[in-house]
Amino acid sequence: MAEQVITGWRKWMLGIGEQCVFFARFFRNIFAGGFEWSEFVRQCYEIGYRSMMLVGITSFIMGLVLILQLRPSLVELGAASMLPKTLAVSFIREIGPVITAIICAGKIASSIGAELGSMKVTEQIDAMEVSGANPLQYLVVTRILATSLMVPLLCIIGDAIGLFGGFLALNFTDSISFSLYFNKCIASLDFSDFLPAVVKSVFFGFAIGFVGCYKGYNSNKGTESVGIAANSAVVTASLWIFFIDAIAVQITSLLFYK
Amino acid sequence: MAVAKEHIEPKKKASAQKDEVVIHAQGVKKAFGDKKVLKNITFDLKRGENMVVLGKSGQGKSVTIQCVVGLLKPDEGTLDVFGENVAEMNDDELKQLRIKIGFLFQSGALYDSMTVRENLEFPLTRVLKLTDQSEIGKKVEEVLDGVGLLDAIDKLPSDLSGGMRKRVGLARTLIVNPEIMLYDEPTTGLDPITSREISELILNMQKKYKTSSIIITHDMECARITADRIVVMNEGEYIAEGTFKELQKSDNEIVRSFFNE
Repeated sequence: MAEQVITGWRKWMLGIGEQCVFFARFFRNIFAGGFEWSEFVRQCYEIGYRSMMLVGITSFIMGLVLILQLRPSLVELGAASMLPKTLAVSFIREIGPVITAIICAGKIASSIGAELGSMKVTEQIDAMEVSGANPLQYLVVTRILATSLMVPLLCIIGDAIGLFGGFLALNFTDSISFSLYFNKCIASLDFSDFLPAVVKSVFFGFAIGFVGCYKGYNSNKGTESVGIAANSAVVTASLWIFFIDAIAVQITSLLFYK
Repeated sequence: MAVAKEHIEPKKKASAQKDEVVIHAQGVKKAFGDKKVLKNITFDLKRGENMVVLGKSGQGKSVTIQCVVGLLKPDEGTLDVFGENVAEMNDDELKQLRIKIGFLFQSGALYDSMTVRENLEFPLTRVLKLTDQSEIGKKVEEVLDGVGLLDAIDKLPSDLSGGMRKRVGLARTLIVNPEIMLYDEPTTGLDPITSREISELILNMQKKYKTSSIIITHDMECARITADRIVVMNEGEYIAEGTFKELQKSDNEIVRSFFNE
């Protein structure tokens, strides 16, 4: 029993070490020269554009549902006019970035994990390496940088669509004009709501890309490993998102909400 | 006298070049955990030579060539390629070495998100750093024509048969004019006719590009067609060496079992 625990811990520690080495190799390859611009743009399209619909629908429903859930309580407190502000602050600060990141973890991290895992199994990564090309630069650097750029953009789009969902929900029962609703939303937000959310979604994007690439690139050889890499990428990336969020909230509170 | 010397010198030079050892392995050992895969491998590959490594599956044949390109590091022994110890090379040296070595994987290992054209352009733009599109296009078409697959230039690997994938894989490795070719079971999984075509293609390409080759196989027809010299591997060791005809007469039971298949 004790031996199993020790072996488990040793394996876990080795995994942490391997991730640090992988991070160092990624970081070194960003500045190694010969950046793969065309692959980076392709990945931005694959990651950003192809996830937009999913993020949009989810954010729309979240905005709609939040207003429907919040309304009775706020009406009871006589604060129905606070609905746009409540939705805007909660959505921009927390719900938008986290929901977008979780959706992207499910869609992007799994797809990167499966794609690189399958390339590993079919020896495509080895083929790239023995040809003298740099698979890290072509496959890993481009994907991680693309997720780090596209997840914040998706988050901003998701926020806008979520607020629009809230506007429609509000008009189911009340009547509020589009300009008044959005003026109230914007007026309730300031720099300290917007900036930390964007910054933390850059880290969410990085975690999604990094975990997906690490799991896929280091998967074992065998078809089963592809599934394991994809599954493990989603679980680990989701955990990282909540972990980063917890740290980001602490830092934001210290810096902006003293 | 001086005229005679001029005639002798190029001959000597050609002969010396022919005898030049491009890969020298001495006492190479490799283990994965408790399993000793390579026990004591010693061999030389001369320039322009086709050496076939014959053996059953799981005997360490592929591990040998993976050590040659630095994908794996030997636990003991030395493995020199062009006189340099592969295990002691840094990343940049290894990259430079790999440009001179072509590696044909068992599956062909084509990049499945790219067309045949993009697969072939990849080493030209990333490894040789070519930028002239017309030169790249010309090279791609020339080498694809050499393997008889010019019609498949815009197809995806998923649209190709097993034999076609191997041909494209071969074209992709040859496009950078490597000095050494390593073939990992090039005919496995193919029907006898396609296997023979691939074996003949390997021989033709070796003559055309003047490469030195190590061919890992357990296909006797492939060995017969391609080999200048055959080494037989069993349980991580080389147990016999010779030409196809010499080994046909071998008394060794394991060697004979290959020829009696």
